[in-house]
Amino acid sequence: MTESDKDKSVNTKKKRVRSKRRQDQSRRQFLRSTVLATGAVGASMLGFWPVVQGHSLRLRPPGAIKTPFDEQEFFASCIKCGQCVQVCPVEAIKLADITDGFGIGVPYIDARAQACDFSCDGLQCVLACPTGALTHDLDYPADTRMGFARLACAESCLAVQGKGFKGVARGPDFEGLLRYDDVDRWNPIKVAEYEYDLELCDLCVRQCPIEIRITQCAEEAKQKKDSKVARVAEKHGNECPPLHAIALEPIEGIDGTQRMMPVVYEGCVGCGVCEMICPVEPAAIVIDIDKTADDV
Amino acid sequence: MGYIVESLRVMFGGAPRKPDPEKITVDAKDIHVHKKDNPFDKAEFDRIYEEAAQNPAPHKWRNRRWITLILVNMLFVVSFFFDVQILEGALTASRFVGFHMADLNSALQVVLAYKIVVLNLVIGFVTILVMWILLGGRTFCSWVCPYHLVAEWAESLHLWLAKKKIVRDRPLKRSVRTVLYVIFALLAFASGYTVFETISPTGILSRALIYGPGLALIWVGFLLLIEVFYSRRAWCRYICPIGITYGVVGTISPLRVKYNLKNCHHEGDCRKICLVPHVLSMTIKGRADAMDMDVGADCTRCGLCVDICPTDSLVFEVKGLGKHLKNDNKK
Repeated sequence: MTESDKDKSVNTKKKRVRSKRRQDQSRRQFLRSTVLATGAVGASMLGFWPVVQGHSLRLRPPGAIKTPFDEQEFFASCIKCGQCVQVCPVEAIKLADITDGFGIGVPYIDARAQACDFSCDGLQCVLACPTGALTHDLDYPADTRMGFARLACAESCLAVQGKGFKGVARGPDFEGLLRYDDVDRWNPIKVAEYEYDLELCDLCVRQCPIEIRITQCAEEAKQKKDSKVARVAEKHGNECPPLHAIALEPIEGIDGTQRMMPVVYEGCVGCGVCEMICPVEPAAIVIDIDKTADDV
Repeated sequence: MGYIVESLRVMFGGAPRKPDPEKITVDAKDIHVHKKDNPFDKAEFDRIYEEAAQNPAPHKWRNRRWITLILVNMLFVVSFFFDVQILEGALTASRFVGFHMADLNSALQVVLAYKIVVLNLVIGFVTILVMWILLGGRTFCSWVCPYHLVAEWAESLHLWLAKKKIVRDRPLKRSVRTVLYVIFALLAFASGYTVFETISPTGILSRALIYGPGLALIWVGFLLLIEVFYSRRAWCRYICPIGITYGVVGTISPLRVKYNLKNCHHEGDCRKICLVPHVLSMTIKGRADAMDMDVGADCTRCGLCVDICPTDSLVFEVKGLGKHLKNDNKK
């Protein structure tokens, strides 16, 4: 193009006309390029909106480097690869969509659908994280600070009503998984496959991974004197949680009768199993993400 | 050194230069003069096209590339779906049978936003860096990036519509990609968020394939619509910073496309199908300043030009290997 143009441009008048058209073309091209660049930057900066609004705040996997109201560091360090998703035995971890803005591809947990039950024992998601967005400072489930459980609706709690529970916790169609040591120590099964028959509903306490581990530790301690195996088991991960997380405590009911109510203690890490297992709809007990055991 | 500097200059948006007549090698000059004195006639073009039509595998490199691209991405999908743990993660970061790998651009974004360098990320970064230095840098774009493949299909649609005069291409300033690269780097650093990842179709598509589709695919669809109806291959050509990151890596890669002046008929088919035609400026009549010339590092090594060239004037080469050593010594 350019060469032939030059050949023809002996006639200077013609050249001037042509170059003016060129100039126009170039100007239009510059304008379009600017619009494109502005569009691309603008679109990416829209990702700020859900973050500023707080819509992107979620329950995060163990070890997420964040404070309850500030996930900036977590978003920054996460490379959005989902390796944590892949190692979770109960598939509790999901990756956020573009509606989370800058939080796109960042892992979160929807506790009611599938809580983290620590059935991996070794915090596999933390070990899988290539960037330390899930900090390697954690050693045991009890060290995690995901959130904090709260009895949101005491009136609907079966224990508070003095009721028992019989059947499968979340109905036959519920897809959620949980580790039941009495069924299979190594493979989580569907909650829908486990039948309960309880005189008083204590599912949130009974299934709390921290409480389960404390009970195991107590039993191990009892056998300690005469069993080397127990001592070895104690040393290999999942160390005994130092504090209780939840228990049923007696309260006085509205009608003056003695009732029981789940009370959350400082050992709660916010894993969400209580929220997942709670058989009433909506769950009577929920995880708050704006609080951890450290704030109690 | 000249190759690296010139590659970078053109990659960042500079126009390819006409050669300095003083610097054109004697044999190249002879060929230029010869071709000027004996212009190819129509019969000659018919002859080479007829010959090229005999090629039993006219899409050899494209097919190899598409298969590779699909296999790599399927390896991610299969690793998670069947829990076989060969290639875990997504294109942004992964483990290949346990070894860390990190996409160079994603890793840079994370480091800029987070401002802390994690050892695993360094290991993954260096692994991938070495890999793409050996394999050609932007080879990542055309041989691995899933967006490249869908964009190629969208491009076919664009070209078909353009032929029917329903749409037309609006070429933009290539330097806009360099400007955006700097902006996205500054944004990551200043905001503390990996801003570019929000709109990166590479990350979005990779995750959608592995972890299931989401609303983010609407954004990818929107980009494709722009490319079909407004500006051909706009994302890869004018926006994507991943291309620049790998392009810079490619400047020191031995794997390049090599141009040979001798048999070239300068019909320009290669430049018409090329994603980055500025790297093929030496194929314009009179532009080559040597008999053998390496195509610039902005080249994605996709091989479309190698496939389409009717005179085999464009071939893949690995610098410093076998018979090509001889040609290098001549310069």
